[in-house]
Amino acid sequence: MAKGIKDKVVIIGMGCSKFGERWDKEADNLMVEAYTEAIADAGIDTKQIDAAWLATAIEEQHVGKSATPLAVALRLPFIPVTRVENYCASGTEAFRGAVYAVASGAADVALALGVEKLKDTGYGGLPQRGRGPLNDMTNPNASAPGSFAQLAAAYRAKHKVEPKDLKRAMAHISVKSHDNGAKNAKAHLRNKITEETVLNAPMVAEPLGLYDCCGVSDGAACAIVATPAVAKNLGKKDMISIKALQVAVSNGLEAQHNSWDGSYFATTRVASKRAYAEAGIDKPREQLSLIEVHDCFSVTELVTMEDLHISPEGGAIKDVLDGFYDADGKVPCQIDGGLKCFGHPIGASGLRMIYEMYLQMQGRAGERQRQQEPLFGLTHNLGGFPQRNVAAISIVGKLGA
Amino acid sequence: MTKGILAFGAYIPWRRLPRKAIAETHGWFNPALKGQAKGERAFCNWDEDPVTMAVEAARDALAARDRATIAALRFASTTYPFLDRLHSGIVAGALNLPEDVSAIDVAASQRAATSALIEALVSDSETLVVASEKRGAKAASPVEMMSGDGAAAVLVGPGKPVATLLGKASRTTDFVDHFRSVDNQFDYQWEERWIRDAGYMTAVPPVIKRCLEQAKVAAKDVTHFCMPATLARVASAVAKAAGLDEKALCDPLHANCGDTGAAHSLLLLVATLERAKAGDKILLVGFGQGADALLLEVTPEIGTRPRNLAVTGHLARRKEEASYGRFLAFNDLIELERGMRSETDKATPLSSLWRNRETVTSFIGGKCSKCGTLQMPRTDICVNPNCNAIGTQQPHAFADMAGRIKSYTADRLTYAPDPPSCYGMIEFEEGGRVMIDFTDIDTAALKVGQLMQMMFRIKDIDTARGFRRYYWKAAPKTGHA
Repeated sequence: MAKGIKDKVVIIGMGCSKFGERWDKEADNLMVEAYTEAIADAGIDTKQIDAAWLATAIEEQHVGKSATPLAVALRLPFIPVTRVENYCASGTEAFRGAVYAVASGAADVALALGVEKLKDTGYGGLPQRGRGPLNDMTNPNASAPGSFAQLAAAYRAKHKVEPKDLKRAMAHISVKSHDNGAKNAKAHLRNKITEETVLNAPMVAEPLGLYDCCGVSDGAACAIVATPAVAKNLGKKDMISIKALQVAVSNGLEAQHNSWDGSYFATTRVASKRAYAEAGIDKPREQLSLIEVHDCFSVTELVTMEDLHISPEGGAIKDVLDGFYDADGKVPCQIDGGLKCFGHPIGASGLRMIYEMYLQMQGRAGERQRQQEPLFGLTHNLGGFPQRNVAAISIVGKLGA
Repeated sequence: MTKGILAFGAYIPWRRLPRKAIAETHGWFNPALKGQAKGERAFCNWDEDPVTMAVEAARDALAARDRATIAALRFASTTYPFLDRLHSGIVAGALNLPEDVSAIDVAASQRAATSALIEALVSDSETLVVASEKRGAKAASPVEMMSGDGAAAVLVGPGKPVATLLGKASRTTDFVDHFRSVDNQFDYQWEERWIRDAGYMTAVPPVIKRCLEQAKVAAKDVTHFCMPATLARVASAVAKAAGLDEKALCDPLHANCGDTGAAHSLLLLVATLERAKAGDKILLVGFGQGADALLLEVTPEIGTRPRNLAVTGHLARRKEEASYGRFLAFNDLIELERGMRSETDKATPLSSLWRNRETVTSFIGGKCSKCGTLQMPRTDICVNPNCNAIGTQQPHAFADMAGRIKSYTADRLTYAPDPPSCYGMIEFEEGGRVMIDFTDIDTAALKVGQLMQMMFRIKDIDTARGFRRYYWKAAPKTGHA
């Protein structure tokens, strides 16, 4: 295996806009909002950025194609800018571009920014749109919740779980994220809810009810990365470094080959193993301090606990109900509210997760700060559908840890 | 070799509307409807039309038969969705018939099917005759009350027929009892008493007489009389006038299906063949701008026919629909607020449809010649991670394979003409899987392990351009719901 990028790159600045229904803001306003926080945090000038990456997923709904929306919004001085799209994992992909550029030596300082402006469709949820001529002819008439809801059917069948038991664990996941989101001033949803609210909510896609689904938000998040040497020259101390960045992409096996049972993410299992190896982590359940996962739906978060090799297979329900992943649990998951409550501006989400890790590791997370000092944090950013997806994992931590 | 009917099948949609639901809604306006409010009528799901029903009737007829010998396809209907597109071409593609098949759409008359059947029976080619109808009708009209949607298919040719032709006769006049022009969505009909007296009673008995004379069979020796007629007591009056035994009169399927228009003569024939015995003589009539009559004799082969659903099986495959509102919506008789999610462009790139016809229309996947793995769709590189051979996937027909639900959902977010949108992963028992729409399914049947069959259905309707595309969907296997 390749040596990897552990400790070759550090984060020198991050920013995140408020997520939510930003009726009065264009995408470029949101980009600038995240960027001004990040550049001030980094303490550098725009001219010091050597290269930049932009993540958007549903660009036809807001900025349009190419990397120019980022270059124009930030007035980047004719530097190389690249736009990436890899479903909802786009944010981590932009981060990977920037980190790899710095790790390779091609850039001293690089920027990654993710943005999505989705609230101009006229209705709730993701935009209903075409998926390409052949896919439109053959794919089922599926929404995102409907695609992920199928995890529940397959999980129940595989582990012989009663629907109500699974549904209760899913409800606990959403209640926990709302508790956490309530403490986050930048979060889209800041209301606390009860298990009853979740269980009695209108059905969106069996068995996912309204509160099993994350919202769709407007927002942007930004990271500025550099080599440890450059960061040191800038006067940075107690630096947060990247320990691992791994992406695994479905190759059609899940959708077409009967070896996949539909109850888990084949990609996440592979990507997380590779990330642990790259970061030098051999006992994730013991060594990870915090995790931010792609909780687009409660059931996604539940099975992901197993796919990240933290809960044993078939053991996520117990861990969830035991409070293992609560803010005061052993491995808090979504301490910022997650996609569920912080919000899900698609291109920004992967970077938002890293933003939370960065704040927590610096003790800057305010009311929601993890008291036990975090050492390693994992982010899991997923795009696509259970049968065809992109899993992107990052592990960040204190430089040298 | 003997010529005749080699196989037969039918299709009646799953949903049945009790006629009283129509009368209860419109009785205030037309109290006469209450007198007709008995029994139920079959009606298409939103994703069915004469083309999809024709495919299913043909598949029922061709169950377990080799289709490579079929040389001709005749498709009869007066309710084709297109004015210029060969519907029998779509059917041929869905049935995966050889491309050198001769295919003709037979249209514009209620006796289109009997005319096509006569042509097939006198020809020497193996011919598949299908008839299918989905009649449009204004709300509160007698046509809405009396008609039903359905299709039937018979395979005709040399071989071991279950029935042979003894005689035939036709009469053609421009007797316009009703009509529907390109400018009109619905029928315009003349007075029923005139249709009965000047139409049926004048035209049909002489044609029957000629047919029986040609066959040298006495009227009293006819065992089964298949006479489609929506008007009350017409069939029995014709039987009497023609000297037929009134007991020979076949059940018009009024109580449980409704009159399927251009398909009804064939549907009655199939229903009769299902219960016929060797030596029975079946008189089949088609009426419309004149009449056709055919006399068929059932052979001992009837005892060896494969068990298919035919009419009886499809009548048993039934879902009562209490809501007349759903019927109105499916038939576009009411303007529903469908929401903004319904506004997506459903354009079909025709070049892409043609290039992908093997997958989309014929539902042909692949089978790896190296490792035997089945996959849908067929691709250049085998999906088996232990194989991944290039160029080894050979065409493999998936349409008739049974599968089981592996995962599922009932989706209320996505726009669907009949929410919730049900879909999921089907794992085929023989191998391979597909994530696909479900149809004709109750939420009670949504369970892992449910046995499913594939059905040819409308995938999307492009209202902006008047196009519709077809694909396959999974439905509970009949008898396993």
